[in-house]
Amino acid sequence: MDTNNLIINLQDISFSYPDSPPVLDKLSLKFFRYDRIGLMGPNGSGKTTLFHIIMGLLKHTSGSMEIFGKPVTKEKGFDEVRRKIGLLFQDADDQLFSPTVLEDVAFGPLNLGMSRDEAVDIAKRTLESLDLAGFEDRITYKLSGGEKRLVSLATILAMKPEVLLLDEPTAGLDDKTKAKLIDILSDLDLSFILVSHEIDFLFEITDSIYTMENKRIVSDKEAHLHQHIHSHPYGLYTHKHK
Amino acid sequence: MIEEISSNNSIIYRLDPRVKIVIIILFSVVVAVSNRFVVLITALAVGIIILFSARIHIKEVFKRLIPVNTFLIFLWFFLPFTFAGEHLFSIGFLTGTIEGVLFTSRITIKSNAIMLMLISLAASTPIFTMGHAMHQLGMPKKLVHLFFFTYRYLHVIHKEYTRLINSMKIRGFKPKTDLHTYKSYAHLVGMLLVRGFDRSQRVHNAMICRGFSGKLYSLSSFSISRADVIAFILMAGFILMLGILEWIQTT
Repeated sequence: MDTNNLIINLQDISFSYPDSPPVLDKLSLKFFRYDRIGLMGPNGSGKTTLFHIIMGLLKHTSGSMEIFGKPVTKEKGFDEVRRKIGLLFQDADDQLFSPTVLEDVAFGPLNLGMSRDEAVDIAKRTLESLDLAGFEDRITYKLSGGEKRLVSLATILAMKPEVLLLDEPTAGLDDKTKAKLIDILSDLDLSFILVSHEIDFLFEITDSIYTMENKRIVSDKEAHLHQHIHSHPYGLYTHKHK
Repeated sequence: MIEEISSNNSIIYRLDPRVKIVIIILFSVVVAVSNRFVVLITALAVGIIILFSARIHIKEVFKRLIPVNTFLIFLWFFLPFTFAGEHLFSIGFLTGTIEGVLFTSRITIKSNAIMLMLISLAASTPIFTMGHAMHQLGMPKKLVHLFFFTYRYLHVIHKEYTRLINSMKIRGFKPKTDLHTYKSYAHLVGMLLVRGFDRSQRVHNAMICRGFSGKLYSLSSFSISRADVIAFILMAGFILMLGILEWIQTT
């Protein structure tokens, strides 16, 4: 494939917390521009850890990592990574730390060196694009769970990333907010890796789905024969389904 | 919790937050070291006037004065009896002295005057503006950050606390005076600390991901208006007058 479009290239990445068995073991992943992949896996299988390694929040114990064609090892290299890759945290309360929504959304752009007016302008436009116009002066901790999630997404989108890493974005959301999130994500012209336990959600907005198994990422395209159990009136009589 | 409670169309609300902070500090220091009743009562009176001009709900004010005055009640139990001086009244073998009563009255008036001033000026300022004003006045960055984050996460930690308390309650926990109760509370506090620490790291990580490098930017800009200057001169003059009044007595 086109190497210019290879955004994340992980090779044999291993990671373990001190004095515990490895969380990731020789994991490899190639992520290309315009990829939209879903990642499933049981709790504790290392999905969040993987994201944190990509962002440089955790340091892998062995293996090599190239992002945007450049090997990143030092803290300095991650500055660029963090500018171009946006990570949506599992808990929105971790992401939103400013008292008001506008201040939080403008935080990233200000860190990128924009002037106050530019940052406010971009924050307002981002909020608007997510149907959150009028939320500017709302107090972050008083937002509802769904609103918090959308504002968190806004704080990341305001930095104009090229890639999104989304860590269980639908967790704890009602159907309406979930549908809104699906709309937003499918309209975005961005590549992303999406961690979720909800297969329907993944089917809807990703192109391929991977699973975490044995501390690695595997692509499971094989069809599995499986049985459904269901019930309905007159189910006792022999019948066929389409 | 610290929250703005004043109506936002009062003169006090529109004052530059830096002016308010400086006035609070000056006022508190001068009143705290003053001893003359004239000075203290004038200060209390001005506190009340400013409170009214800030248009704060009286109910809220009383709610905030309760903690201070609860503490003062305890002082009233002890202080009048522990001062040497002229006999005023006796309860059993305890003797209250005039000096003791006067001393306790001074503390009571001082505390309430300072609290009233603090409530009227601080409660009429949005917390975030307050933080940035402190920063602009040269307050160390770390303290200002601490102030912000305490305000933001107090609510989250309190929610965590209620969650834990509820989970204890639904498993039949009833606080008693025994070791089990103390242990359970110790676990609760320990858990809050550990969770707080974990959260602080997650928040920090999230900030790093958005390019945080130790600097918080403010979106609000302050400008000193003529009203600010006048208010400042008036208040500074008044505080100076209190100081002089106090000083005349002592010399």
